[in-house]
Amino acid sequence: MSEKEIKNLEAIFEARIARDEKIEPKDWMPEKYRQTHIRQMSQHAHSEIIGMLPEGNWITRAPSLRRKAALLAKVQDEAGHGLYLYSACETLGISRDELYEQLHSGKAKYSSIFNYPTITWADMGAIGWLVDGAAIINQVPLCNTSFGPYARAMVRVCKEESFHQRQGYEIMLTLCRGTEEQKAMAQDALNRWWWPSLMMLGPTDAESIHTEQSMKWKLKRKSNDELRQQFIDQTVPQADILGLTIPDPDLKWNEETGHYDFGEIDWDEFWQVVKGHGPCNKERLGARVDAWNNGKWVRDAAMAYAEKKEANKLKQAI
Amino acid sequence: MSKNWPLWEIFVRSKNGLEHRHFGSLHAADAEMALENARDVYTRRNEGVSIWVVESKNITASNPEHNGEMFEPAQDKVYRHPTFYDLPDEVKHM
Repeated sequence: MSEKEIKNLEAIFEARIARDEKIEPKDWMPEKYRQTHIRQMSQHAHSEIIGMLPEGNWITRAPSLRRKAALLAKVQDEAGHGLYLYSACETLGISRDELYEQLHSGKAKYSSIFNYPTITWADMGAIGWLVDGAAIINQVPLCNTSFGPYARAMVRVCKEESFHQRQGYEIMLTLCRGTEEQKAMAQDALNRWWWPSLMMLGPTDAESIHTEQSMKWKLKRKSNDELRQQFIDQTVPQADILGLTIPDPDLKWNEETGHYDFGEIDWDEFWQVVKGHGPCNKERLGARVDAWNNGKWVRDAAMAYAEKKEANKLKQAI
Repeated sequence: MSKNWPLWEIFVRSKNGLEHRHFGSLHAADAEMALENARDVYTRRNEGVSIWVVESKNITASNPEHNGEMFEPAQDKVYRHPTFYDLPDEVKHM
């Protein structure tokens, strides 16, 4: 294909997206569109898979059967969300094995929030309330993104996600209505998860290198800073109901803008965690790689059994 | 040498009276495992009463680059639609 022909195809492609048409896997697409989608969708899938680990830590120690069943269901949903997203990603011509290899080698990223430790039960509350809350804000606009398989996967994910946030908030509410110690535990969890949750919505607009292109492809509908403001505005009143204090002395309602003003985010910390120097980066990736390697004999045995059954069926047919 | 589990396409009937609809795909060693995995991945909230699994390699798909030859011939055959035919208003419902 000549350069002129490609330019022409690109123009037709961009026009289709501008008209809100969906792009399906076998349609022609610019190589950069394919690569950007593989990167974002796989990063999203990896986050769901690694995201099971901090919560998995508390399944056996949940304080009641009701909490345990809910946490188990939430973690199972996350596995499911990872699988929807991996298979949507595979429609772009990358294999599941390559995707895993990118995660395990550290080439692909996952959300930096999962590199923080979950040291008390209240962290299960804070994660559901704040981390899933921020994730929902990020994900809802993606239900309308231009790539069909991604949009369809996100519709399913968003439908299932709202229970995650509600169960987290309910944990916080129960602790806040409990003893002094329980309420202090909830406050401590909020103190530790607040800033990482704000960082989770991504670098400031000025630093975000992919924003402009992603807006055009509807991979993004609002900028990181807009999403962050939306998250803060919706979360502060929820903290008030709990009777907890957001750990930001500069946080205050701004009558003029109709939004909350907030303090400086420590972006050095964010970049440190992204680059692999967070409190749990090694532990998380290590646990994931171990699980994959230790499960190899099971995967091989299942494949061998399937092949044997198939061979027997053929033999009987003769 | 280990072989990767093949890819399967999952179709779910959400309730009797409706058709099976494509829900997504997953990897499984064989059809039986594909059914079991499909139950866990796609019907955790009563989304289905019946599941079909088809190994992805068995699906033949049309090529969108040939959509012109494939689908455009239907566009100029308006006489296949009821509104093409002029009838007097007195004929009420037809």
